Amino acid sequence: MDDDAEIIAEFLVESHENLDQLDRDLVELEKQPGSRDLLSSIFRTIHTIKGTSGFLAFNRLEQLTHVGENLLSRLRDGEMAMTPPVTEALLSMVDTVRALLGAVEATGSDAAGDADVDGVVAALRAVLDGEAEPVVEPVAEPVAESTAMVESVGPAADAPGVEAVQPTAETPIAETPTEEPAAETAADDETARRGVVESSVRVDVDLLDSLVQLVGELVLTRNQVLQRTEDQDDIELVRAVQRLDLVASELQEGIMKTRMQPIGQVWSKMPRVVRDLAVQLGREVDLRMEGHETELDRSLLEALKGPLTHLVRNALDHGIERPEARTAAGKPAQGRLQLRAFHESGQVVIEISDDGAGIDPDKIAAAAVQRGVITRDQAARMETREIVNLIFRPGFSTAAEVTNVSGRGVGMDVVRTNIERIGGTVDMHSQVGQGTTCRVRIPLTLAIIPALVVGENGETYAIPQANLVELVRLEGEELDRSVEHLAGAPVLRLRGHLLPLVSLAEVLGRRRPDPDALTVVVVQNDGQRFGLCVEEVHDTQEIVVKPIGRQLKSLPTYAGATIMGDGRVALILDVPGIAHAHGVAQITEGSAESSTSESTDSTALLVLEVSNGRRAALPLREVSRLEEFDVARIERSGDAEAVQYRDGILPLVRLTSAIGLAETVRDDDQVSVVVHEAENRRVGIVIDRVLDVVDAAIVPSDVGRRAGVLGSAVIQDRVTDLVDLDAVVALTGVGA
Amino acid sequence: MAAAASQYCTFWVDGLFFGVAVSEVQEVLRYQELTAVPSGPEAVHGLINLRGQIVTALDLRCRLGLPPRPEDALPMNVIIRSRGEVVSLLVDDIGDVITVENRTGGALALEPAPANVPSIVQDVIVGVLPLPESILLVLDADRAADVAAAPEPTGGTA
Repeated sequence: MDDDAEIIAEFLVESHENLDQLDRDLVELEKQPGSRDLLSSIFRTIHTIKGTSGFLAFNRLEQLTHVGENLLSRLRDGEMAMTPPVTEALLSMVDTVRALLGAVEATGSDAAGDADVDGVVAALRAVLDGEAEPVVEPVAEPVAESTAMVESVGPAADAPGVEAVQPTAETPIAETPTEEPAAETAADDETARRGVVESSVRVDVDLLDSLVQLVGELVLTRNQVLQRTEDQDDIELVRAVQRLDLVASELQEGIMKTRMQPIGQVWSKMPRVVRDLAVQLGREVDLRMEGHETELDRSLLEALKGPLTHLVRNALDHGIERPEARTAAGKPAQGRLQLRAFHESGQVVIEISDDGAGIDPDKIAAAAVQRGVITRDQAARMETREIVNLIFRPGFSTAAEVTNVSGRGVGMDVVRTNIERIGGTVDMHSQVGQGTTCRVRIPLTLAIIPALVVGENGETYAIPQANLVELVRLEGEELDRSVEHLAGAPVLRLRGHLLPLVSLAEVLGRRRPDPDALTVVVVQNDGQRFGLCVEEVHDTQEIVVKPIGRQLKSLPTYAGATIMGDGRVALILDVPGIAHAHGVAQITEGSAESSTSESTDSTALLVLEVSNGRRAALPLREVSRLEEFDVARIERSGDAEAVQYRDGILPLVRLTSAIGLAETVRDDDQVSVVVHEAENRRVGIVIDRVLDVVDAAIVPSDVGRRAGVLGSAVIQDRVTDLVDLDAVVALTGVGA
Repeated sequence: MAAAASQYCTFWVDGLFFGVAVSEVQEVLRYQELTAVPSGPEAVHGLINLRGQIVTALDLRCRLGLPPRPEDALPMNVIIRSRGEVVSLLVDDIGDVITVENRTGGALALEPAPANVPSIVQDVIVGVLPLPESILLVLDADRAADVAAAPEPTGGTA
């Protein structure tokens, strides 16, 4: 019994692999209809399954593959040509075989399951008969022993025959199958022939995982031994330990490699997906794939399957237009879908690009506003790229009609969630009429990552290198000069940019006395940066990421844990989690994120004092820097004021007069300037002082509306003018 | 009550005599070094390295609302399996593995916990076994290990 189960398990594994190959071969075959090599390969695969299923008494499977085999043998021998109906029939056979194998896997028998074996057998027969040649052999041997078989012969004669041919009538698949027989393409086949990997062994995944675990243990033990033998005089022992060191390192590397698998495993499914969809949607698609061999950890590969398939479906459904529309737009009728995978700075990048209609930012913005994903005001301020990426927001879909392919308003946000769950990012670029490129970045592996080890209150913590930008150390005077507090929120001026600071001690729920030196780890999450102030920085290390128990899963602070060289456990900090939990995610991200979580439209605002206690506010996202200038540096050109700033001229505008208030008479020798930068313009807005940064849901009112002021709102219980930045900037004469 | 396991791994927590079905216990370890989890649930005393596996250590005293262990007393680890994970319960002292039988050699029936036992304790026990010399509180390993579900103590998640 156990032997049987083992044989069946092996049969299943083998067959599933074979079927993947078969899918690829069949699609390829449509392009090279006569390829004898491909046909032989397909024939062999089906033949193998048939043989084994006969041996294991899976009668339905045997019956199905038998008919398929007959068809294939005729194709191989050049007695029949590949036509769309033939391909269709063969593909449906592969699907049914897969379904039957699924039933075998679930129940141990192919009798269960609702696969329509008879129908497919009939369709295959119809194709065989349809070719009008005198068909004798296919109605052959197994009929005798299988009762199911008897019923299936009947329907074969009539209806399904028509049915099987019909769908292909309207099939606009790219290649019109040429009728040339097998012989000619021999040369092409030589290169297309699959590399048979006979030098590989199948290994149970659990075994691999436990090996990874054991090797981790070995490395830890080695580290301890290394420490102990450091000051030993015994030369022999020292040598042995050095060898141990080397071997353990190599072993670790080797074992880790066993977890890596080429992305080709996911891509092998794509030709079939694309073909089926193209047929279903009436598109003509040329699928190109590059970088099959790009490797990544198998757990990541598994997690990527869904999102990638969805992106490909999306490209076909919303990207590539119908052939008529393409021709009308002056493009080739056949659309191009390109998948690329490559390594870039320790990450795997996957690009899915099409040359379709592209994404119209105006449409997206309109739809986003209509669906309440963002407000009209926000839409107006967003850059094209940001708008395009709105499609990853929950509850967003611009498909004019709901298709069963994509466009139910779920999907893209799920794609993003799934990719982010494995530490990746996804980004969309699009040119209207030119096409769309979706770029997915993921770490090579989740199992071992480089990390910066920091110390806080005697404990060690790891920060994934992927989040790391730079380290900044501030001491004494520089500390006072560079770190400012905006309403209690520490902000670092780093090369002119304002960087929100978060203290690790606070993240960990402690208070730390103000230190005389500050070590800032500048980290990045989703393109947004913030500084994490830590007590000590140790070094960078490759760490093995290990899961933490369910009691701790809900904590935003930790991504997992690892074991350090001394055997102690260290927690891995979750940078995105910290960013969200401590509000630094939305300050720089603008109001976008918060508006989806709360229904109100919350915006980070820089609140300023102008003219004797009057208050005004600017969206923080429009502020690129805060500067102080000596009054002496202000130069005049006509009525305009300007300062020399960063190898250029920074035009200045006084906010008080720009918003129609009386100029404050001040005799300071410094002025505070808010530097606003957008596209090609750079303007300095002279203010009295910065009061605060607030993240508030504002309800604008028309009260106080005038030149330079959009209106007012109550911010922190005070009526505050909302500055019309464009109008203010226009005063300087710099293109608004 | 439900058919009770007849073999228990026993331990003491603040004078209370607890037992966990042996089938749920993986091993028992003396004190292990702990890595604290700042801002984690209060009952989570820290993480231990169990041969390369990260195991959450829960302080049963804290979990049961009992007074904290004296500073100089080091807790022992009862490593249990719960919902596919391995969890360590920190206890004061380890007792024997006992076999509970009635006179005819059958498993002794569990009795419901007396009503006046604090509810925080009642929540994590399946029942009690009145043995001749003491009363054994039979712990529900899964519920004991569920900290997120427990009433959130002060200083919990942010």
